[in-house]
Amino acid sequence: MMLVLPALIVVGLLAIWEAYARSGAVDDFILPAPTEVVQALVDDGALLWDNFWVTAGEVGLGILAALLVGGLLAIAIHLSAVLRRALYPLLVGSQAVPIVIVAPLLVIWFGFGIVPKLGIIALVCFFPVVVTTLDALAAVDPEQRKLMRTLDATRWQEFRWVEAPAALPGALSGAKIAVAVAVIGAVFAEYAGSSEGLGNVILQATPQLETARAYAAVALLAAFAVLLFSLLSLAERLLVPWARRDTEWSTRR
Amino acid sequence: MRTTMAPSPASVTRDPAGVLLKGVCFSYPAQRRRMAPVAAIDALSLTIEPGEFVAFVGPSGCGKTTLLELVCGLLAATGGQLESDDAVLMPQRDQLLPWLDALGNAALAQRIQGAGREQARASARPLMQQLGLGGFEHARPYELSGGMRQRVAFLRTLLSGKPVLCLDEPFGALDALTRAEMRDWLVTALVAQPRTTLLVTHDVEEACVLADRVVVLSPRPARVRAVLAVDAPRPRRATDPVVVALRERALEALAA
Repeated sequence: MMLVLPALIVVGLLAIWEAYARSGAVDDFILPAPTEVVQALVDDGALLWDNFWVTAGEVGLGILAALLVGGLLAIAIHLSAVLRRALYPLLVGSQAVPIVIVAPLLVIWFGFGIVPKLGIIALVCFFPVVVTTLDALAAVDPEQRKLMRTLDATRWQEFRWVEAPAALPGALSGAKIAVAVAVIGAVFAEYAGSSEGLGNVILQATPQLETARAYAAVALLAAFAVLLFSLLSLAERLLVPWARRDTEWSTRR
Repeated sequence: MRTTMAPSPASVTRDPAGVLLKGVCFSYPAQRRRMAPVAAIDALSLTIEPGEFVAFVGPSGCGKTTLLELVCGLLAATGGQLESDDAVLMPQRDQLLPWLDALGNAALAQRIQGAGREQARASARPLMQQLGLGGFEHARPYELSGGMRQRVAFLRTLLSGKPVLCLDEPFGALDALTRAEMRDWLVTALVAQPRTTLLVTHDVEEACVLADRVVVLSPRPARVRAVLAVDAPRPRRATDPVVVALRERALEALAA
């Protein structure tokens, strides 16, 4: 039910696209018809599949690195006013650094392997994780803190029993934003220097006028991003079952 | 034993003291510059014996919650002397943690005191049964009724093992029927687990039904208007003549 409307929109757009591409108004190396893209998915299946796994590995590990770094940074900044003053401006500043400039540098330093890709994906992904986690930590109900104090909880116990679980939904929201940009980050990183991956396939296919293959790679990337997003939504439902119930409950009041 | 004395240095006192307030003052610092600090409690003096049940009634916003937070050491008095046995606060609204089940919430105080998960849960389990929460051990807080949530919160407070309980409007959010039920239940629970109890409420009848003494507070800053002793055996009904007469006197003192 949830997917019916987006599916209708996609089908409608594809139909218009197909009709326009077949009308002969454009060459198919400029705009291939959707059916040609599907054909490319089948014909170049082995090639796309092999390269998909390369990019999927980069994105998966990159997001894990971003979650780890982002989560730890958020906790450190939350616990220490000094670190907040020292690091927060740098974190915001890091997002203004153009990836286009950084990516080739990382390739020069670390070569064509997976390391520069992880660096770039982590760089674009960790920021939403840090911000949403920090906001969630700051939004902890002061009454719950008071409760922990009257039960003589230590700072660590307050974190373990109240702050960490309260911040988990925020961290997962950040991760959901992160997966959407992680795929773009991976393609950028592969553009900057690589020998494999779907970004590399797109880079190679374009000058060869294999436009349908490039579109097929993009379709795979988009599907992968949607899959990751759904997995995180599922994780959210399993890890924070109380969050949904709580909002339902409070809006009913 | 915890002693706060302000502004002079803390004095040392010895056990079982109950709660002793001598000219206790508290003001909240000014919210903005050029605003005066807000006096919440003004020269409040009262002695509460160990094991006594004292109820505080007063107009809303008069500083009742502040008083409990002072006794529990969550705030430091800005003047006067306050001595109290180790006290625990049961905050307004239950404050159950939504990520723990009912048994986990009840066992929270013991987990914080260092007990292992299974050990803490095992010692809370029989009390859950006693308080009529059997079968709801694994229920999440949002699955419990208001009365059940209050009972879990009370159990959590009780299991902290502290000799003084500070209950802040524990039944404020409940409907009239559940309230009456919970009063009976609290009396039974305290017979089984005697503690020094400070109860804050805006419900005069509730205070008269439950407490050994009812302290009537003035509007902010809170001062003691009257201290009324309730000489009637428990359990009491709201319709008992003693309770009715006392309720009248308390209401008069409130209106004065």
